[in-house]
Parts: sequence; C-alpha cells; structure tokens
Amino acid sequence: MSLLIVLLLAGGLVAWLSERFGEEMPARVSVATLLLTGAALWPLATEVLTTGPDVDGWLAYESRTWIPRFGIQFILAMDGMSLLLVGLTLLLGIVAVIASWTEIKARRGFFQANLLWTLAGTVGVFLAMDLFLFFLFWEVMLVPMYLLIAIWGHEARAPAATKFFIFTQASGLLMLLGILTTAVAYANQTGEWSFAYMDWLQSPLTGELANWVFWGFVLAFLVKLPAFPVHSWLPDAHTQAPTAGSVILAGVLLKTGAYGLLRFGVALFPENAKEWSSLLLIVGVVGILYGAVLAYGQRDFKRLVAYSSISHMGFILLGVFAWNGLSWSGAVLQMVAHGLSTAALFMIAGALQERLHTRALADMGGLWKAMPRMGAMAMFFVIASVGLPGLGNFIAEFLVLAGLWQSSPVLCAFAAIGLVTGAVYALWMLQQAFHGPLGEQHVGLQDFNTRDMTALGLLAIGLLGLGLYPQPALDLIAPSLDALAIKVGG
Amino acid sequence: MEILLTAVPMLPLASAAMLLLYGRHMGKSLVTGLGVGSIGLAALTVLALAVQWQDATGPVTVMLWQWFSVGNFSVDLALRLDQLSLIWLCTITGIGFLIHLYSSEYMGGDDNYSRYFAYLNLFVAAMLLLVLGDSMLLLFLGWEGVGLCSYLLIGFWYRDSANGAAARKAFIVTRAGDAAMALGLFLLVAEFNTLNIQEIVLAASASWAAGEPLATLACALIFTGAVGKSAQLPLQTWLPDAMAGPTPVSALIHAATMVTAGIYLVARLNGLFVLAPDVLFAIAAVGVATALMAACAALAQHDIKRILAYSTISQLGYMFLALGVQAWDAGVFHMMTHAFFKALLFLAAGAVIECLHHEQDIRKMGGLRTHLPVPFWSFLIGSAALAALPATAGFASKDLILLRAWEVTGSGIWLWSVAAIAAMITALYSFKLVFVVFFGELKTEATHQPGWRMALPLMLLCVLSIVGGWISLPLAEVLPLAANHPAHGTIAIVSAAIPIVGVALAYFIFLGGQLNVTGLTESSTGRWTAQYWLQGWGMDRLYDRLLVQPYASLAQWWRGEPMDRVVALIMGSAVTIHEQLSASQSGRLGRYVAVLSAGLIVMLTLMLLRATP
Repeated sequence: MSLLIVLLLAGGLVAWLSERFGEEMPARVSVATLLLTGAALWPLATEVLTTGPDVDGWLAYESRTWIPRFGIQFILAMDGMSLLLVGLTLLLGIVAVIASWTEIKARRGFFQANLLWTLAGTVGVFLAMDLFLFFLFWEVMLVPMYLLIAIWGHEARAPAATKFFIFTQASGLLMLLGILTTAVAYANQTGEWSFAYMDWLQSPLTGELANWVFWGFVLAFLVKLPAFPVHSWLPDAHTQAPTAGSVILAGVLLKTGAYGLLRFGVALFPENAKEWSSLLLIVGVVGILYGAVLAYGQRDFKRLVAYSSISHMGFILLGVFAWNGLSWSGAVLQMVAHGLSTAALFMIAGALQERLHTRALADMGGLWKAMPRMGAMAMFFVIASVGLPGLGNFIAEFLVLAGLWQSSPVLCAFAAIGLVTGAVYALWMLQQAFHGPLGEQHVGLQDFNTRDMTALGLLAIGLLGLGLYPQPALDLIAPSLDALAIKVGG
Repeated sequence: MEILLTAVPMLPLASAAMLLLYGRHMGKSLVTGLGVGSIGLAALTVLALAVQWQDATGPVTVMLWQWFSVGNFSVDLALRLDQLSLIWLCTITGIGFLIHLYSSEYMGGDDNYSRYFAYLNLFVAAMLLLVLGDSMLLLFLGWEGVGLCSYLLIGFWYRDSANGAAARKAFIVTRAGDAAMALGLFLLVAEFNTLNIQEIVLAASASWAAGEPLATLACALIFTGAVGKSAQLPLQTWLPDAMAGPTPVSALIHAATMVTAGIYLVARLNGLFVLAPDVLFAIAAVGVATALMAACAALAQHDIKRILAYSTISQLGYMFLALGVQAWDAGVFHMMTHAFFKALLFLAAGAVIECLHHEQDIRKMGGLRTHLPVPFWSFLIGSAALAALPATAGFASKDLILLRAWEVTGSGIWLWSVAAIAAMITALYSFKLVFVVFFGELKTEATHQPGWRMALPLMLLCVLSIVGGWISLPLAEVLPLAANHPAHGTIAIVSAAIPIVGVALAYFIFLGGQLNVTGLTESSTGRWTAQYWLQGWGMDRLYDRLLVQPYASLAQWWRGEPMDRVVALIMGSAVTIHEQLSASQSGRLGRYVAVLSAGLIVMLTLMLLRATP
C-alpha cells in the first residue's frame, strides 16, 4: 500500500523534471503515474478481495515503527470503504489531468507535481490508521492544493487560496489538539504511548474531555466537507482554482471530510456523536437548503456548481448522523456519485471558461447549438446531480433519506425539499448556459474532442453503473459499515 | 412470454440509446425506421403478449436483476404483467405508435429530427417501465423518467427561452409532488422493509386497519405525487404551459403517457388506498373540483392547444373522481377512452395548426370544414367523445363515472352535481371549438392538406373514439369491482342528456346566434371572470407571488454569501487588534517609560494589597 503513495510522490517529482522534454510531457507522466498506481492497486484489490478480511476486519494491513519514543507508527490499512475511495481518487486524478491538458500553460511540470502530491496526500488520508500519520497526510494534501489555487488560479486567486488555507489549517489545528489530547489520555490510561487507530478504539476517551476532542475532530471534518456555516471557503476556492484543482477539490478532497466523520468522528466517539446527532442532522438539512438557495442566486457557472456541492454534501452529513446501515451506505455512495458527477460539471465549467474566457452565465446561452457534445454531457451530469433514478446519485440520496426517515421523519421531509430546490438551480444553470438563443460571438466554438469525451464518458459510465447495479460497491463497503454498526450500535 | 415482456420496454429504450449516441450521423430514413419502428415492434409485442395471455394463469413476473440490497432491505429490478398493466401497455404502445407515425411527417423538416425521436422513444420506454415495475422503486424510476422526458420535449425547441421556462416549470412542479411521493416510499420502507408492490399491499392490509393514521399519511403522500404528475389541483399549473412543445408531444403527454401515471399509481395501489378512506374522499373531492375548475378555464381560452390542455386536466379530474369513489374500473376505462379521443383531438389540432402556418388562436380561424375535411371530421368525433355524447367512447366511460358518483352515500349528490355541471361546460367548450374553427366564415386560408402519415392515425383514432366504448376491460382479477350497475332511471337519463344540452347551448351561442351572451360577457363581471379563467384562476400569479418571487429574492439577497460577513468580522477585528497593538509600538521613549512606571505601580500596589493581611 505504501507503494501507492510512493509512486504518486515520485511520479510528481518525475513530472516536474520532465518539463524540459516537451510541453505535454508532464501531463503524460501524470497519466502514466496514475495508471501505474492504478495497476499497483489492481492486484492488491483482487488479492485482498479474494482472500477476504483478516481477523481485525482489514483487507490489507501494514505497519512499521516510526517514532518509537511516542509510539508513533507508520500504519496503513485498507478496508472496502478505503479501497473504493482510493479507486475514486485515482480515477478522478486522471480526469483532472485531462482537464488540465490544454488549460495550464505555465509551469506545467510543477503543476502536475502538485496535482500528484495532493493525490498522494489524499490516498494517504484514506489509508492511514495512525492518527499522527493521518494528520501528516492531511497536511500533505493541503499544501499542494494551496499552491494549485495560488499559482494557477483565476483572477482573484490569492485571497481564495489564503481563505482555503486558513480555514483548513485552523480547523486542522483543532484536530491536532484533539489527536494530542487523546494520545496523552491514552498514555495516562494505559501507560504506553500510541497513536494507532486500533488501540484508540480499544480504550476510548470518556467524559467531558471526549466531548471537546470530538468537536475538535468534527470541526476539522465539517470544514472540509464543508458544512454550513463553515463552508464559505469553498465557493471562492472552487471558483478560483484551475479546473483540475476544482475536480480534485470537489471530487475527492471534500470526501476526506466525510470519510473522517465516519471513520474517526463516529467510530472513536460513538457516544458523543450520538449525543450531538440531532444538531448535526439539522446542520445537514440547513446546508442542503442553504446551498440550494445560494446556488440558484449565482451568476457564475463555477460558483453555482460549487454551491451545489455544499447542498449535496448536506446529504452526506445526514447519512452519517442518521445512524443506520441504510443511511451510512447512502453516505458512502454519495461520496462516490457526487465525486463523479461534480468532477464532470467542473470539467465542463473549465472547458467553457477556456473557450469563452468567462464564467458568467449571462454571457452564455444557446451553447447547445454550437457545442452539441458538450451540451449533451452537461445535460447528463445535471440530470445525475438532480438525482434522477438510474444514476448513482439517486441511489445514494434515496438510501440516505430512507435511513433518515427512520430516525427523524420531520427532518427527512425538510431534506426532501432539497430534491425540488436541487432541480431549480440545476435546470436554471442548464438553461442559461446551453439553451436559449445563441450569441453571435459564440458561433464556431470548438466542441469536446475525443479525449474530453473519453474522460466524461468514463464518469458517465460510472454513474450509470452505480445507478443500475450499485451492488458491487455496496458489497465492498458493507463489511466496514457492519463493523461500525456493531461497534457503535447502528 | 418473459422474453416478450422484457422486449416491450427494451425496444424503445435501445432505440432511444442508439439515436442519442449516433443519431446525428444517421440518415433521416434510418432515424424514422428506428424511432417509429421500435414503437411499432413494441406494439406488436404487446399484441402478442395479449394473445398469449389467454392461456396464462396469472400475472407474469420477470426478474431482471437485484437492483441493490443493504442489510436485509433489497429492491429487485423486476417487471410484472397483469391485466391492469396490460391495459396501459396497449394504450401506451398503440397510441404511442400512431403518434410516432404522425410525428414522422409533422417533424419532418426539423433540424433535430433524430434528437426528437430519441426523446420520444425514451418517453415511451419510461412510461412502459412505470407500468411494468414490480416494485415502487422501478415505478418511481419510470415516474421520474417521464418527468425528465417531458422536460426534454417541452423544451425541445430550446432556442426560445419561453419554451425552456415551460419545461422547467413542468419538471419542478411535478418534482414537488414526486418529493412527497418519495417520502411516502420512505414511510413504506420504514414500516414494511420492502418496496415490492404486492408485498406492500399484503403487509399493509394485514397490519393496518382502515383509517389507521399511518395508512392515511402514506396514501396522502403518494397521492400528492399523483396530483403533480396528473396535473390536479393545486399542482395543475404546469400542464397548460407544457403546450410549448411540439404538438405530437402534447398528444403523447396527454393521451398515452405522463398524466395518466397518477391514475395508474392510485389504481395499482388500490389495496393500500382502501385503508385510507379519508384520502379516498380527498381524491374524489380534488378530482371533481379540478374537473369543474379546468372546464371553466377551458371555456375562456383562445389558444386551441390550451383549450385541449385544460380539457385534459378536467378529464383527469373525472378519473380521480372515479378512483375516489372506488369505481376503479370506471376510472381506468375513462383513462383509455380519453387516450383515444384526446390523442385524436391533439393530432387533429396539430394538423390544423400546421396547415395554417402555425396559427393557434381560434379567433383567427373559421370555416375550415370544407378546406380541411380530415381534421374536421376528427375534431367533430373527438369533441363528441370529449363532450360524452351518447354513442361515443367518451359517453360510455364518463356516464359510468357520473352514475357511480351518484351511488355514493352522503356526498354522492354533491359529487354528481359538480361533475354534471362540469360535463355541461365540457360540451359547451368542446363544441364552441368545433363551431368557431370549422364553421362560419373563412379567416385564414389552409395552405396544404395533411399527408397520409398524419391522416391515417387520425382516421384510426376516429374509429377508436367511437367503438372504444364497447371494449370491455378484463379487470376482475386486479381491481375490486362493484357487483353490478343498477340503472338509475331518471338520473341516468339526466346524466346522458346533460352533454346534449351543452352542445345545443354551444350551437345557439356560437353558430346559430339565437342566444346572445354579449350582455353577459361584456359586463364588467363577465370580463373579469373571463380574464380570470383565461389565466387559469390566477393560480400562476398566486404561486409567483407566494413562492417563486420570494425564493428568487432570497437567492438574490444571499448571493454575496452572508457567512462571509462573519468571516469578515473576524478578519476585521484581527486587523483592528493588530493596529492597536502596533500603534503601541510607537518608538517614543517617553511613552514607554510612562507605561512601564504605570505597570510597576499597579504591580506593586497589588503585591502590597496581597501582603497586608
């Protein structure tokens, strides 16, 4: 497993250096690296899936001592949920590289390096089972992303990047405090230092302290998700980031927040999580509706998609804290489905900006006529994000809401309003960009080429697969969620 | 049999997929072949199924695959055919085929010919899945699918932004109903841990007594979905605007697909709805109120398609009335006959519109009887059926509904009276249409005659609109039927006579001129009412004020992200503190000494205070 991370880190370095061998070289190296990492994941996945989980429920596990003085270990472990998310990360990585193919013209090598390093951090976050290591990867993921926005972003990139950094860093600091507190408490309790997830599961924190530590973790994850009211870094960051950055940000980085909530927030602090679940459910519902209203108000294509992400992430929060098997499965599926559909929408947003040199919806209109392929793709992914049955997002939201009904029918009813408001902004976006009369200046725009269509086609097939036959994905994550249910009583 | 059943929805689905992916590179004849042919084949397959059905012992189920399973909750993708589904299959594919054939001529000159047929096929496929779904979730897939296709087709001519607005309205208004319906499904999942329709009905009748609050809630939520999809009060506002699409699409939406989905849903779940008598009464009340209201609105319209749109809303009201009074078979029967004559009327209207250079205002039409004979006869027969004149298909079904409404103890007389008034207005406006458009002086010249691909469907539908009333539906096994239909003597005669009175009135007002109503219509009340009805009872304006504008204003108001103000506040205070502190680093020695000595004094005082006991 460490090979996956090493490959991505090294690939980034090679991509950086390869710039001197040609303009397209760094992007090619990136794709090759991602494919190679995928190839490394493949035998691992097939092997662990055939042998099944070990005694502790992990499909794969590796550990090395790292800083013995404080019991810090280098532990990577994979279960079905992490496997699914790592797969998603690599797939969206390829999509992101394709999205950046023609968009990035300056310092291509360093760009690809940062892209791959962010992905390395993300894969690390999904695999690390030592909390110190987890925090390290959390930072590894953050810094290159900051650079991606700050260097290759659009007109107002500097404040957006700073805002992103400060929000994430400040909340990350709370998590670090939480991690250190828990480690000290663990040492006091058992007389030994350990940062290992499995050790912490065995002797959980209790009492008032646990409550504070729980919030330290949860705030970091809520900022990342992002949840209302700590979401306001996201619209700026997404809008200003280069397309590849937005794809990775929305597609996988947000999911680390969702993943963290399930893996650490709920599992390490079940009692506190349960105690606060009503509040967090309300936060989720508010996020869904608030995001939808603001999405409808936007005049910038990318910003609209960014707010739609806030709305959809609300469903994940609901799924996590509705506290049953249905809703948890829905939340994990939503991570994947939203990753695929939003990545595609950001790719379309980037393609539009590249061609029209604007993101303003008012300057678009009737583009279907000029670019029927792009129009059809936009239609498909808008429909997916609206949650039409047959596509992955529907199954995810259905499971989340069906689970939520069982814990709170009233909140479920409010969340269902999101099904309507979601259609309002999504169709409005489609209307303004692709329908209506075509402006003179837009005649003769270049439609998507085969490379773009391949990338989007992959995402579309993924969503269709998740929508019509989600069982493989559900089976993959079922053991993780069953284990969680046994642990915390779902 | 299983293969045939699977083929029914798969044929149009496959054709839609091919047209969507490769349609732009196909020749026109290939597109026509695929688009029309796939539905024709599906119709033939349904015919074969219906013939084989004679030997079949019971419902046929085809398990495609398990859709998903989480814990002990699982949903199958399975098709199930019984008599109720079969009636819908025949209507959808039969009428659907005629509309497709008609479209191949009507849309012949359109640039997006293949995209049109792709959407049309997808529409039919979604509707077929809706009526074949063995679980509520597959039904819901079809349900949302027809919503999507209606959106795509209403906004088909996307270059005009008004069409896009109508399309979005259709999707969003019906989606509001769908969200309620989804909540109903969540309730069923929570209670019974299944979404299989048969299992739900069995489990519900086993564990819920009639009138159980949960049963009422579940039925009310599901019925709200039907209200949206079938354009009943108060969610009917999308249907008149849906006229923005090509006319054959209107025929498809109004006759074979989409709006009848709500009827299917309630009829399909009749075992559940009988557990909620309150909801059933609400269904009857909503139905009859919609029937009357929409009939009045139809009377005031000038656009030929909007008249027909309101008439659909009104006729769907009759169907819901039937379902609400548990005359299940009458409701389903009216769905079928309505499909015949409404498809006929819309296609005939399309022919008129096309032959008059896309003129839709009936005030600019007249005297077309001899110029457009096929549309004229189609309209005459269609309107007769819509008005439910005796010896038409519409009479057979609507008369049944009126009589069964009368039988209801208590509220029967009220339901019957309102329905009867609506029936008279129906006759009035439908023959107003015939008299104004086809009689009197010629106002707009027809440029050409419809070709055979438009004329043939019209003629076939004419026949069906008359003989369709004699079809007896084999519903005994799937719907609880009343034992017999006693004749009601006077009330039966009155019910049958009402439409004739309406037609006579229309004749005297609009053709013969014996009745002069200008005094009434030109009075201030008359004009106000006409205006009010023209705008569909002002409901659009109401929603605009109550929902649309506040929502838009809210979005506008919040657009700048209110949470950023909080962030700005934190940032601002950090800057202020920073400035205060850096201002203290002034570099002036005198001030430093002063502050230092002040601090020393304070500290010394504190120490002294502490030291003294």
